[in-house]
Amino acid sequence: MTPVVKVVNVHKRFGAREVLRGIDLEVGDGEVLCILGPSGGGKSTLLRCINHLETIDDGLVWVDGEIIGYELRDGALRELPERKIRRQQQDIGMVFQHFNLFPHLTVLGNVVEGPLVVRREPKAVAMSRALDLLESVGLRDRANAWPSQLSGGQKQRVAIARALAMQPKLMLFDEPTSALDSELVGEVLDVMRRIASEGATMIVVTHEIGFAREVADRVAIMVDGELREIGRPSEVLVNPKDKRVRRFLARVIADPDEASSGTNQS
Amino acid sequence: MGAMIEVDQLTQRSYPVVRSRHPLRWVSAVLVLAALATIVRAFAEGQIDWPVVGEFLTAPIILRGFANTLLISALAMTLGLTLGTIFAVMRHSGNPVTSGVAWLYVWLFRGTPLLLQLLIWFNIALVFPTITIPGLFHANTVEVVTPFVAALLGLGINEGAYMTEVVRAGINAVDRGQTEAAAALGMSHMQTLRRIVLPQAMRIIIPPVGNQAIGMLKFSSLAATISFSEMLNSAQQVYFVNGAVIELLFVCAVWYLLATTVLSIIQYFIERHFGRGDARQTSSSRMVDWIGGLADRLRPARAGQGA
Repeated sequence: MTPVVKVVNVHKRFGAREVLRGIDLEVGDGEVLCILGPSGGGKSTLLRCINHLETIDDGLVWVDGEIIGYELRDGALRELPERKIRRQQQDIGMVFQHFNLFPHLTVLGNVVEGPLVVRREPKAVAMSRALDLLESVGLRDRANAWPSQLSGGQKQRVAIARALAMQPKLMLFDEPTSALDSELVGEVLDVMRRIASEGATMIVVTHEIGFAREVADRVAIMVDGELREIGRPSEVLVNPKDKRVRRFLARVIADPDEASSGTNQS
Repeated sequence: MGAMIEVDQLTQRSYPVVRSRHPLRWVSAVLVLAALATIVRAFAEGQIDWPVVGEFLTAPIILRGFANTLLISALAMTLGLTLGTIFAVMRHSGNPVTSGVAWLYVWLFRGTPLLLQLLIWFNIALVFPTITIPGLFHANTVEVVTPFVAALLGLGINEGAYMTEVVRAGINAVDRGQTEAAAALGMSHMQTLRRIVLPQAMRIIIPPVGNQAIGMLKFSSLAATISFSEMLNSAQQVYFVNGAVIELLFVCAVWYLLATTVLSIIQYFIERHFGRGDARQTSSSRMVDWIGGLADRLRPARAGQGA
């Protein structure tokens, strides 16, 4: 499989605390990778490094032909100007735990904002694609509603449509269902399942073991800033080699709520 | 604690309620009214020629002065808001020089009296006798910096320092997730600021701006000292001639009160419009509802704009 993402020896420190301790990872075209692990293990930070919301302290992140945030010239990584970093970010969609919809724009306004303002697409083109996307997440009839009028599940589906409107090469999901009431989780996972089946390349940080088992091509388990285990769900989730991973999975599978407890502090 | 009562004595489903009286309130009300009556009577019987107050209330020179007061206040407020927005954005800059300059601006203009600043602008020709932009412009400073220009610069730049803090507070109040969502779409800093952050900051900014506008209306009277003919200065010109000092000052007071009352009423409606969900409703979802409601009202305007 041709890789879309290659993460090489990524280190990230917040002050004295090392949150990522040398991450190596490859994600292929059309692959769905789920990252699981206990809270505070660095999962979200890794995602945020991939689209340059966080800068990395060592190593590099490569997405579809480009090193994110840098270019390799004369054997050194040189920081890119803001304009070029923005250009790279346009091709990486991100869905946040707390949705982060723009409250002053309508549902439709949220979805067309990127294509209109960033990509400068003609209004008719952006609108019609946005409406199609809203249709596909089941919210065509709420196009003119305000985010505040939506349930959490609906907000997250709009946020997914907003990210897809940029036609990204890669979709990042940062605990997309962790802030939702349990009865709303299903509708969001359904949308993600469909996107996956349409061939999108996805990295999903989640606590939904069921989703990972069913949809992921590979599952990675992250503990203390390291990827302890990575492989097919049937191997990793059933028969993990690492002791911490075994303990984590035993706890999560016994009590699925346990995994998401305390994650709201993000 | 009330008198003891056995539970089986509660035989009725409804009892008349007798509110307690507040005898002391009556006493204090009478005292305050008496004091007020004394003051009013003193002014009514004092050395004030009330007909003169009535006569000058609508005198052309006073009305022109009032118009100048409104004009300079509006212009200085506009300049203040513009500078405030620019410097607030500079304060948020990652460049330490840029944010440092913005800090310096606030420090300097908030740290010195407005009257002093007005006098400095008025006398700026002592520092720079001529203003020259090579090849483009050359003039004597005295001719450029008229009392009007000095008042506008003094009031506007001073206001800008306060506005910087107001706008900065508004920007800070916007959730960081909004900036991240904008960055994830690939928006530049300027696009994020213009399209995402500032529209949301407006909600926080608008009520204090109303307050500042009321303040500006009154502070503009300081420009009287640099011979800008706003209302107070006009009144002074009149009473230097006719000696009716208190009468003309009272005329000004009437107009100022009228203007600040009108602004206060506007302010009240703006605050009610923007401040719902602040004091009484505490949950953040109400706050969000409120933004939605606000946006609802803005929608017709936006629909007209599109295409």
